[in-house]
Amino acid sequence: MVEYLPILILFIIALGFAVTNVILSAIFGTQKPTAEKLTPYECGIDPVGSAHERFSVKFYLIAMIFVIFDIEVVFLYPWAVAFQSLKLFGFIEMVIFIGILFICYLYIWKRGGLEWE
Amino acid sequence: MANVSIMTFNILSILPILTLAGFGMIVLLVDILSSRKLGEKNLLAYLSLMGIIVAAILARNSTGTTLFSFNESFAIDNYSLFFNFIFLLSTGLVILISHSYIKREEINHGEYYALILFSTIGMMLMASGADLLNIYIGLEVMSISIYILTGFKRSKLISNEASLKYFLLGAFATGFLLYGISLVYGSTGAINLKQIAGFIADKGSISNPLLLMGMALIIIGLGFKVASVPFHAWVPDVYEGAPTTITAFMSVGPKAAAFAAFLRILMTAFGATHYEWQKIIYILALLTMTVGNVVAIAQTNVKRMLAYSSIAHAGYLLIALVAANDMGMSSVLFYILAYTFMNIGALAIVIIVSQKGDEFIQIHDFAGLGFKHPGLAVAMSLFMLSMAGIPPTAGFVGKFYIFSAAIKSGYIGLAVIGVINSVISVFYYLRIMVIMYMKEPTRDFNPLTLSPLIVVAIVLSVIGTLHLGIFPSKIMEIAQQSILILK
Amino acid sequence: MITLTHYLVLSAILFTLGVIGVLIRRNAIIIFMCIELMLNAVNISFVACAHYLNSMQGQLFVFFTMTVAAAEAAVGLAIIVAVFRNKETVNIDDINIMKW
Repeated sequence: MVEYLPILILFIIALGFAVTNVILSAIFGTQKPTAEKLTPYECGIDPVGSAHERFSVKFYLIAMIFVIFDIEVVFLYPWAVAFQSLKLFGFIEMVIFIGILFICYLYIWKRGGLEWE
Repeated sequence: MANVSIMTFNILSILPILTLAGFGMIVLLVDILSSRKLGEKNLLAYLSLMGIIVAAILARNSTGTTLFSFNESFAIDNYSLFFNFIFLLSTGLVILISHSYIKREEINHGEYYALILFSTIGMMLMASGADLLNIYIGLEVMSISIYILTGFKRSKLISNEASLKYFLLGAFATGFLLYGISLVYGSTGAINLKQIAGFIADKGSISNPLLLMGMALIIIGLGFKVASVPFHAWVPDVYEGAPTTITAFMSVGPKAAAFAAFLRILMTAFGATHYEWQKIIYILALLTMTVGNVVAIAQTNVKRMLAYSSIAHAGYLLIALVAANDMGMSSVLFYILAYTFMNIGALAIVIIVSQKGDEFIQIHDFAGLGFKHPGLAVAMSLFMLSMAGIPPTAGFVGKFYIFSAAIKSGYIGLAVIGVINSVISVFYYLRIMVIMYMKEPTRDFNPLTLSPLIVVAIVLSVIGTLHLGIFPSKIMEIAQQSILILK
Repeated sequence: MITLTHYLVLSAILFTLGVIGVLIRRNAIIIFMCIELMLNAVNISFVACAHYLNSMQGQLFVFFTMTVAAAEAAVGLAIIVAVFRNKETVNIDDINIMKW
C-alpha cells in the first residue's frame, strides 16, 4: 500500500486547497446580490422561461438510442484487450458486429429517429 | 499478454439461426429502403416465409448429429432440432395468419415481420443452449421482441397496457432467473449444464443450500415464461391486449422454448436432484391446470378464455415434467407440437370472425357461425375438440401420453386430477360449439378477414391436428429419439 | 477482510430492495428502476463469485446482462412513453382497463 501514499497526499492537498479557497472567499468576499447576478448563466443571453419544465418526449428517443449504442461499446473492451491473440479472426468477428450495429444505425436514420422535428 | 484460445468455432451449427437473422435484417432494410406501398409489405411477408423455409431446410441437414460447439455452450442434437421445427412451424403459421390481420388493424409495418423472426432466433437459441448464458440470452432476445410486438398497436391503450404489464412482470421474472443462475454459478463454479451436473454428481446437493436456492429461482423464472400458476397473472391481460396474431405467436413459440430450456436444465444439470424439484413442479402442475381450467369457465372473451386454456395446457405439460421419464419427456415434445396446430388454428378463426379493432371477440359473437360459415365452424369445432382432448384429435393423444407417463412414474393422483381437469375443460370448449351451432346469429359476419394465406394456415392446422390424432406413432417415435440426449 | 459472503449478502440485500420496490411502488418508471436494481445486484454476485472462483465466466455473464439490461431499458422506456401518450399517466393503478 506504500506506493499509493503520494497519491493520498496529493489528494489531501488538492482537497484542502479547494476547500480553503471556498471558505476564504466566503469570509472575505463582498456579496451584493442583484437580480441580474442571480439569474442562471446561459452564455450571456437572457434566460427564457423556467428551468422546471417538462422535457419533450423527443429527448427520450435520443436517450434510448444513446443507451443502446453506448452500451454495445462494452464488447469492444474485452476484444481490444485480447486483440493480439485473437488476430484476424477477432477482427473479422468485430467487423461483423459493428456491421450489424451499422444496420441498426441505418434503420434509425431512415426511419427518422435522428430528426428533431 | 492475455492468453486467449479461440474456442471451438463451428459456423455450420448455427447456420439456421444466422439465416433467420440475415432474413430479419434484410426485411428491415427492404422496408426502410423501399417506398411505402402496401404491395411491398406483401413482399416482406413472403421474404420472412422464405427465411423460415430456408432455415428449416438447413436445420434438417443436421438431423441425427449430436454436436457441441462454441465451447460446449451450443448443442445441436435431435432435441433442439425437434424444437427448432416447432418454432419454425409456429412462426410460419403466424406469418400466414398475420398477413390480412395487420392490414385490417393498420399495423402493417415492416418491423412486425423482422421482430417475429428475431424472436424466433431467441427461441432457437434457448432450445439449443447447453449453458445458462445461452439460455438467458435466447430468453431475452425472444422476450424483448415480444414486448414490442405486444404493444404493436401503438395508438390503442389496451395494447399499450398489455405491453407494459408483460414488460414489467417479464423483466421482474428475468431478475429471478438471473439471480438463480448467479447462485448456481457461485455454488458450482460453472454455467455449463454438464459441468453443473458433474459438480452435483461429485459433491451432492443436499448440503448446498445456495445451489438449491438457485435452482428454485430458476424454476420461478422459467415458470413465469411457461405461464404456470402462481406466476400467471400477466397471461390473460397480455393475451387479451396483444394483437391476435401475436397472441397466437406467444402462446406457442415462447412457451415451447421455455419448456425446452426447462426440460434441458432440469434433466441435464439437475437430473441428480430430481427429488427436490419434482415436489416443486408437482405443486405448480396441480395449481396451474386447476386454476387455468376453473377460471376459463367464467370468461366471456374468447381471447381471455384461450389465455386461461393456455395456462391449463401448461399445467398438463408440467405433469409430464414431474413424471420425468422417457415417455413424459417425449410427450412434452408431442403435446407442444399438437398445441401449436390447435391453438394457432383456433386463433386464426378468431381473427377471421372478429372485425377491425378486435371487435366481436366475445363468445356470443360466434352465435350462428355454424349456419353462416359452416367451414369455419367445423374447423373451430375440431380445434376445440382437440383442446378438450376428445379423440380422434391430436389433443387426445397428447393427453393420453402425458397421463400414462405420470401413471408409469407412480404419480397416479396427479394423473387423476389431470383427467378431472380435462373433463372440466370440456365444458368451456364445448360451449363455443354449442353457441356456434345452436344459437341464432346475432350479427352479420361480413366482411370476413380472409386471404389465401390465412386459409392455408387453417388448412395446415386442421391437417396437423387430425394427422397427429390419427397417426401419432411416427411423430412419437421421433420425439422419443429426440429426448435420448437428455438422459 | 471482506469475504465472498459479504458480497453475496450485499447482493441479496440489494436484490431484496429491488423486489420490495417493484411490489410497493406504483410509478412504472420507478418499478422499472427497481428491476434494474435487481439486475445490478445479480451483477455484483456474478463478479464476486467470478473473482473468488478465479473463473472468467461470471465476468462474461455480466457483460451480457448489462447489454441486455440496456436493451430492456430502451424497450421499456418506449413502452412507458407509448402508454403516457395515450393515457397521460404512468401510475400502474390507473392503467387498468383490463381487470387483473
